[in-house]
Amino acid sequence: MPPHAADIRSPFDIHRGASAPRLAADRTPPSAETLCKWLRDMMLIREFEVRCMQAYQDKKIGGFCHIYIGQEAVAVGCVAAMKPEDPLVTAYRDHGHALARGMTPEACMSEMFGRVDGCAKGKGGSMHMFDKTHNMFGGHGIVGAQTPLGAGLAFATKYEDEVLRKGKSSRVTLCFLGDGALNQGAVHEAMNLAGLMDLPVVFVVENNGYSMGTSIHRGTTQGHDLRSKASGYGIDSAIVDGMDVLETYHGMKTVIDDARARSRPWFIDMRCYRYKGHSMSDPRKYRTRDEEDAWETGDPIGRLNKQLQKQGILSEEQAKDMLREVKNEVRACVAFADASPIPAAEELYTDVFVESWGRYTGSSKPSMLGGGTNHPSFKSIDPSTDSTEDLV
Amino acid sequence: MSALREIEYRDALREAMSEEMRRDAKVFLLGEEVAEYNGAYKVSKGMLDEFGPRRIIDTPISESGFAGLAIGAAMQGLRPIVEFMSWSFSLVAADPILNNAPKMLYMSGGQFGCPIVFRGNDGAGGQLGSTHSWCVEGMFSNVPGMKMVIPATPDDAKGLLKTAIRDDDPVFFLESERMLGLKGHVPEGDEILVPFGQARIRREGTDCTLASWGRPVHFCLEAADALAKEGISCEVIDLRSIRPLDIGSVVRSVKKTSVCVVVDQSWSFGSPGSELAAQVHRHCFDDLDNFVHRVHTADVPSPYAFNLEQEYLPNARRICEAVRAATYNA
Ligand SMILES: Cc1ncc(C[n+]2csc(CCOP(=O)(O)OP(=O)(O)O)c2C)c(N)n1
Ligand SMILES: [Mg+2]
Repeated sequence: MPPHAADIRSPFDIHRGASAPRLAADRTPPSAETLCKWLRDMMLIREFEVRCMQAYQDKKIGGFCHIYIGQEAVAVGCVAAMKPEDPLVTAYRDHGHALARGMTPEACMSEMFGRVDGCAKGKGGSMHMFDKTHNMFGGHGIVGAQTPLGAGLAFATKYEDEVLRKGKSSRVTLCFLGDGALNQGAVHEAMNLAGLMDLPVVFVVENNGYSMGTSIHRGTTQGHDLRSKASGYGIDSAIVDGMDVLETYHGMKTVIDDARARSRPWFIDMRCYRYKGHSMSDPRKYRTRDEEDAWETGDPIGRLNKQLQKQGILSEEQAKDMLREVKNEVRACVAFADASPIPAAEELYTDVFVESWGRYTGSSKPSMLGGGTNHPSFKSIDPSTDSTEDLV
Repeated sequence: MSALREIEYRDALREAMSEEMRRDAKVFLLGEEVAEYNGAYKVSKGMLDEFGPRRIIDTPISESGFAGLAIGAAMQGLRPIVEFMSWSFSLVAADPILNNAPKMLYMSGGQFGCPIVFRGNDGAGGQLGSTHSWCVEGMFSNVPGMKMVIPATPDDAKGLLKTAIRDDDPVFFLESERMLGLKGHVPEGDEILVPFGQARIRREGTDCTLASWGRPVHFCLEAADALAKEGISCEVIDLRSIRPLDIGSVVRSVKKTSVCVVVDQSWSFGSPGSELAAQVHRHCFDDLDNFVHRVHTADVPSPYAFNLEQEYLPNARRICEAVRAATYNA
């Protein structure tokens, strides 16, 4: 078992510079309705991922597909602590973040099916979920690459607020990364910049203990407490229990509010576990069944479900209805994706440039933003095969 | 063992590395998941057991760091093999691999060489989307001081990798995830060493020269089959290394066919394909019946959707169209 499992029930544990003001977790309890919504959101992500795995086996989904099962509380708890206008950016394990942010399961599934109704019209795929209306600035495929982007998103909102509007920083960016991503140089450059420039960005390390088959202790120094990575850059940091949506929410609410108030970066060592393999082709030989079982007993969905029933907020029957409803919704989104058309060959040449010129036919909106499936007219010059057209 | 032993491309790569590691203790392998996981694509399967963790080295996801480290080790005379899980991930290590390795000998006035092999998967075709489908040959082959090798078959994978490991200069060795499972006859043991800069004629023909390397060689062979039925006879030349480039073999073929189509899976602008076409124009100006036609991947980022990606590739259909146009059969 990776030693960080021992700390799974660790309370919100912060680490700050000596001069920083004291900070206790904001523990205002959410309403019963909110709690039920979180449960439903987590169920939706899990069911969605189960169906993704099936669709992948059925060869409806191709390429790389990274499953979020086990980490649902992280996306749901973090998004709950954000404002809708706060930017979010993450890596390739991004379906959960997209759904938590409000992307429809239809758009998300269609994207993975490579169909026109996907969030990127089938051009991006599983690793690249983008949703402008929900301030989701993408899933990104290159490990660590989203981290400087996260700093940049925060830079832009700060610039807008403080320079253009002459106010104070109002938006906080959430930038998610994996524990393995901590070993990319770009991450360290981004943290230094964020510390230096007072950027309101929270780097949330989804510490699931592994990068592919490498446990954190084989790949990363100070794996027992990642907060030390941040202290070198003068960035405040905290350990948060990412297996518990309430803990995640309270911890993140506190941190995000502080980042907003002071326009400062934060770094979160978010303890969690991915139940499935790294991607669809990983037999998980590098860890034991016992370790997996131990983590699954602390399952975030089961935990909240039990708690709500114990508090009389939700009956067993209501919880079952909720799950049934969610399953139906996900089944419907698969059917929707399957019925969505494949992109026309012309789409190869759209969205390369904003403007139309030469063979490039400008840009077209995805259907989730009101775009149609009618493509701009296509000039059939194939640029990569020589054209015999005379230029003079 | 029989001379007709068939193994996969990935096994051929492993045999090359293992044989060279047995031969020379200075050779070692490092990269992500190469040891305990047996390689993300199982190329290094079993090598940890044979050579131990001092020579088969798992690294964190720190391409810039471990590529740079390996270059430092090579300056001391070691012979590292650096595995990039994908060449797409080498971009974060662009400075060490492009700015250090190929220039070290020159900058040091001949004092420090860099006997290193960088290897990994290159190219689109697995629906991996825009960031994971790089054909780095377009960009990287521009840099002097390196050798670049792109084998299309298991026997060449082994023979060229052995040569690469023994080479005293930095070698960029571009494999393809799409070909790792490809089976073919590969001689056992040490004898198979394929020199760089020697093309291989994959199919003889009289009407059109198809010049290519790496995975598109197979698209060319597919196209040649289809075109034969239309009465167009194609000669398929596999360049195997593009630095050095065996222009002589292509020229000899074009002098026979008078028609040349270059097939390159990198983007067209400033590519090895455009370089080859320019050289053919230079050497075969009076022999050509038509200008050199080129088939590349479409000049757009790699799309994810299956149908778009298939269209994007320099596939057999597009090669056939180019050959018909070049031979005035369109
Ligand atoms: C620069 C780069 N190197 C390697 C990879 C291949 N790769 C994809 S995900 C991954 C592991 C990342 O682990 P972690 O950051 O912990 O995130 P997790 O998958 O656990 O969410 C690797 C090595 C990549 N995408 N980019
Ligand atoms: Mg991880």
